[in-house]
Amino acid sequence: MHNSAMKKRIAKAKAVDSVMTKLFYLIGSFFLVFLLVLAGYIIVKGILGFYPELLTFSSKGIGNQFFNTIYLVFLSLVISVPLGVAAGIYMAEYSRDGKFLTFLRICIESLSSLPSIVVGLFGYLVFILLTGAKWNLMAGALAVSILSLPLITTTTEDAIRSLPKGFKEGSMALGATKWRTISKVLLPACLPRIATGVILAAGRGFGEAAALLYTAGQSTIINWSNWDVTSSTCPLNPFRPGETLSLHIWAMRTEGSLNPNAPAIANFSAAVLVIMVLAFSLLARITARRISKKSGGQI
Amino acid sequence: MASQKINTLSSSKNSTFQKIKNEYFWRTIIIACGLFIILLTLGIGFFLVVKGTGTFIRMHHTVWEFLFSSDWSPFDSTTESGGGVGAAIYIFGSISTCTLALLFVTPFSLASAVLMTEITPNAGVKLFQPAIEIFVGIPSVVYGWIGLTVLVPFIKQLFHPKMGGYSVLAASIVLAVMIFPTITTVSADAIRSVSSEYRKAAYGMGSTRWQVLYKVVIPAAAPGILTGVILGLARAFGEALAVAMVIGKTRAFPADILSPTNNLTAAIASDMGNSANGGEQNLALWTMALLLFIISVFFIFLIHIISGKEKKKHA
Repeated sequence: MHNSAMKKRIAKAKAVDSVMTKLFYLIGSFFLVFLLVLAGYIIVKGILGFYPELLTFSSKGIGNQFFNTIYLVFLSLVISVPLGVAAGIYMAEYSRDGKFLTFLRICIESLSSLPSIVVGLFGYLVFILLTGAKWNLMAGALAVSILSLPLITTTTEDAIRSLPKGFKEGSMALGATKWRTISKVLLPACLPRIATGVILAAGRGFGEAAALLYTAGQSTIINWSNWDVTSSTCPLNPFRPGETLSLHIWAMRTEGSLNPNAPAIANFSAAVLVIMVLAFSLLARITARRISKKSGGQI
Repeated sequence: MASQKINTLSSSKNSTFQKIKNEYFWRTIIIACGLFIILLTLGIGFFLVVKGTGTFIRMHHTVWEFLFSSDWSPFDSTTESGGGVGAAIYIFGSISTCTLALLFVTPFSLASAVLMTEITPNAGVKLFQPAIEIFVGIPSVVYGWIGLTVLVPFIKQLFHPKMGGYSVLAASIVLAVMIFPTITTVSADAIRSVSSEYRKAAYGMGSTRWQVLYKVVIPAAAPGILTGVILGLARAFGEALAVAMVIGKTRAFPADILSPTNNLTAAIASDMGNSANGGEQNLALWTMALLLFIISVFFIFLIHIISGKEKKKHA
């Protein structure tokens, strides 16, 4: 009697287990397929609507926006990488555990969870309204660097902290000063990991839109034969308005009536953005794999 | 000879001095960069508070009116004031879309996290992790664009709502897809970090895998999973353009999940550029930005409270 009740319970538990396992497989594979379909759909749809003028640097193409995106991300990295790496070094090597460091960590977490539109508004206020400037690439780059600063800082800190103690002790034992140890031993050793963080930050920068709405502006006029950096139509002038690819998609959604090519332009921009993101995450993966191979041999 | 000796001595002294100078120089720079992050965060908070409180201090509206009134009719000029600045519609729009998104996605995220850590850890590392990273990387505008061109027409065809497919439902689905990777990765990390002895002990008692998961692993990972859910919620609250593209931007409370409405971020994104700097509407929009800032800082504190409690439990 007792035995059969127990057997029933066991059988029930086994049945529930197998049902739940199947359910987990179902949900997990659904999302995997969904992602592949989504990414595939974006790329295929973008390519299907392709016409040759899309590659030109005119209002029918996205050449200018593509250039602006790359240039803006480059500018933002020039600002955020030195700052972020230095702040990461501070957290790993110079600061002492305590309330101050905890506060700094809370600041970084708050920064990283700030809505990008709020960062965009801050940028609009400080870099546009207070300076009296018009929309410009530099303001956009500064806003994006605020967004990527937390990622670069925490990656650098983690990278330095995860190095074996021997690196630092060996260098110190040879009589190197602290800064020499950091700059000649610790930083080179964690360069690949920092690079991974920077690549990820760049990938996010490409897609950023809300922070650029009121900083980099939603228009772009470039004269490709003008190389006078102070002129507002020179491609390399960082103080000209510069619409990026992602903002271009945002602008195209309302321009259906004005520009019959708007959907094709937006689809193609979306495809280009997704391909760029794929390429960058692949690059980050390869860099990360190199590290594990290298450190696998050394340590 | 002697002079040469003195020379090398003084030069080595010089280089020691140079070294120390170098050391202090870099130390100062590094510390300055650390301090800069704190200053930047406080600076952002300071500017938002100064701008955001203008509605209450300069325009003499009450906090109560801003939070709970649905009368949004601010004047768009720097001289006039006295319109309504009730943001209740926008606030409700944000809360309803985010809550729905969370309800949609949490079970799926949790199931995916369990699958990639406990059931097929190999495929988890090789297949799911990279796939989810790509999910994170897809720009939010692209999600919005797909929502606009695929999801909105689809909802229109399926349910035939009066106002077209722009709806709370469309916004929450787009948000759900966007926060899926956040919740899944954080939950997966939490599940992975549950000590394997818990599992061994439970299996040793004869539990099935589902029993181990349901009774032991998931309760043990609960604080980490909650952190993931809060991070996802924070991301959903702050998302602007993707939501703005599909929510319909009508200034009314939604009658049901198929009606359009508006939210905080979409209102800021569409109206800030047209408003006169320092005017009533402009200041009210800044107050909405301040509210978003307060919400995101609040979420961070919530996470700290959760992880603090966890540490106490283990100590």
